[in-house]
Amino acid sequence: MEYLDFELPIKELEEQLQKCRVIGEESDVDVTETCLQIEKKLAETRSEIYGNLSAWQRVQMSRHPNRPYTLDYIRALCGDSFLELHGDRTVKDDKAMIGGLGKIGDQTFMFVGQQKGFNTKTRQYRNFGMANPEGYRKALRLMKSAEKFGIPVVSFVDTPGAYPGIEAEERGQGEAIARNILEMTRLKVPVIVLIIGEGASGGALGIGVGDKVLMLENTWYSVISPESCSSILWRSWEYKEQAASALKLTAEDMKGLGLVDEIIKEPAGGAHTDREETFASVQAKILEHFEALDKLSPKELVKQRMEKYSQMGVYSG
Amino acid sequence: MSAWFRRKEKGIQTATEEKKDTPKGLWYKSPTGKIVESEELANNFYVSPEDDYHVRIGSKEYFEILFDDKFKELDAELSPQDPLQFEDTKKYVDRIEAAQRKTGLNDAVRTAVGKSMGKDLVIACMDFSFIGGSMGSVVGEKIARAIDVAKKKKIPFLLISKSGGARMMEAALSLMQMAKTSAKLAQLAEARIPYISLCTDPTTGGTTASYAMLGDINIAEPGALIGFAGPRVVKDTTGQELPEGFQTSEFVLEHGFLDFISHRSDLKKKINLYIDLISNNPVRNEEE
Repeated sequence: MEYLDFELPIKELEEQLQKCRVIGEESDVDVTETCLQIEKKLAETRSEIYGNLSAWQRVQMSRHPNRPYTLDYIRALCGDSFLELHGDRTVKDDKAMIGGLGKIGDQTFMFVGQQKGFNTKTRQYRNFGMANPEGYRKALRLMKSAEKFGIPVVSFVDTPGAYPGIEAEERGQGEAIARNILEMTRLKVPVIVLIIGEGASGGALGIGVGDKVLMLENTWYSVISPESCSSILWRSWEYKEQAASALKLTAEDMKGLGLVDEIIKEPAGGAHTDREETFASVQAKILEHFEALDKLSPKELVKQRMEKYSQMGVYSG
Repeated sequence: MSAWFRRKEKGIQTATEEKKDTPKGLWYKSPTGKIVESEELANNFYVSPEDDYHVRIGSKEYFEILFDDKFKELDAELSPQDPLQFEDTKKYVDRIEAAQRKTGLNDAVRTAVGKSMGKDLVIACMDFSFIGGSMGSVVGEKIARAIDVAKKKKIPFLLISKSGGARMMEAALSLMQMAKTSAKLAQLAEARIPYISLCTDPTTGGTTASYAMLGDINIAEPGALIGFAGPRVVKDTTGQELPEGFQTSEFVLEHGFLDFISHRSDLKKKINLYIDLISNNPVRNEEE
């Protein structure tokens, strides 16, 4: 298990507890009381730290290297029924964007989502979850195919941004994202979006328009990453913590602004500390929302979605 | 000891036809030199077990692999004509006759409806052994009629491409089969019937530029040649060396035109898994 900087007090106490137990096992010294005290302290420290996470600490949690990624969720939800589909039918199969069909219970869903790697090699292979235009076009192709056959769409968002590359620009990164946003507003099947890690800007929204947009507790979603915001507005990378808090990018903030619909609770310490529990809550939420959306006619569904997005924005006069 | 094997007479020359050889059909030798018994090959989905080389097979074998047992062949009587009185090194009528005699087939595609894992499936399968699996009027018409059956009876449609392209001996009549089959596929799409395109070795020319690339999913067997212009044409025209693995299934997948590549032994399972998923039906198991 890897620890983030603000989690170090927890790590220290866990190590103390471990040592204390070893002493108890290997010698005649009665350590029961000491162990109990450490355990109590540990519980307190945990709730202290995880109960008061700052915006920047949430950002750190959203990038935790042990966090489950899109394919982890899909495999946990669908098991053997998942059939991955590839290609944008134009230039490439983008490894940073995955998709395919799978069953949760007896219902088929079309899944799309950015995919990050879990070690240096796979991170490179997945381009750090930064999709090229062909990734967005692959996702759109799959969503249109789902629409054709009346299959609901589930989208997992986890990206530090759409890939800012030369070829990405040549092939129309902007056009690809724009097209996806437009088509997703009028897709005639239920679309459920889950922010499972980072939701960076247009790269996230490119697969992020839906009837229900749900954020996991320790994720962020905004128009720019706190680092880039700091560098542009403060002209230095040093102000990322202030930027994170100023951007109001946490799940709670986003829900407060009415830009996402719901927050999914994570196990204390983050989604990675109890993957099974995380998968179970995500599955329950998908099914709950699908059941409700499935009752609407395609026409009502699209109307409701369009109205939802039409109401976003704050102004006077 | 080696004296036993020493050649006493010099200059022994045996004409090829007099050489003793293993009777044809007992063994198969793959391009990498792996040798396998014919029966073992057939039991292994016609895939060479040592190097996974997918041997070219025809409609008979694919129907055997993909249908559960019985199937009903459609429009088997359709036969080619020679409307242009075409003649190259050979008359087209003679070529047709020779191909029919050699293969026992009427033309380069067979279409059928039957059960696959217990559910109806319409399959059109091309035969490369008939004039290079070339697409002429008969191929176009049989595919069109098979699509009509799939549409009318709401049965998923699988088309197995294996073709050098359009049939030159039917000239523009062949060309228009690309438009005819595509129009039919558009109707099938309107009716929301799943269409699976399976590209096998080789899928080239007008076949690629029409139905082979128009599936709800396009899939392929490993190592198949898939492309529009053949590798020799591309090389001669551009004067460039071709990249490693150019126009293989793996290359085409990487460039975004295939949904996945399937080993021949998994085809039946994967095609039916896709059909179950896209139709929102329970996933069938092979044993059932």
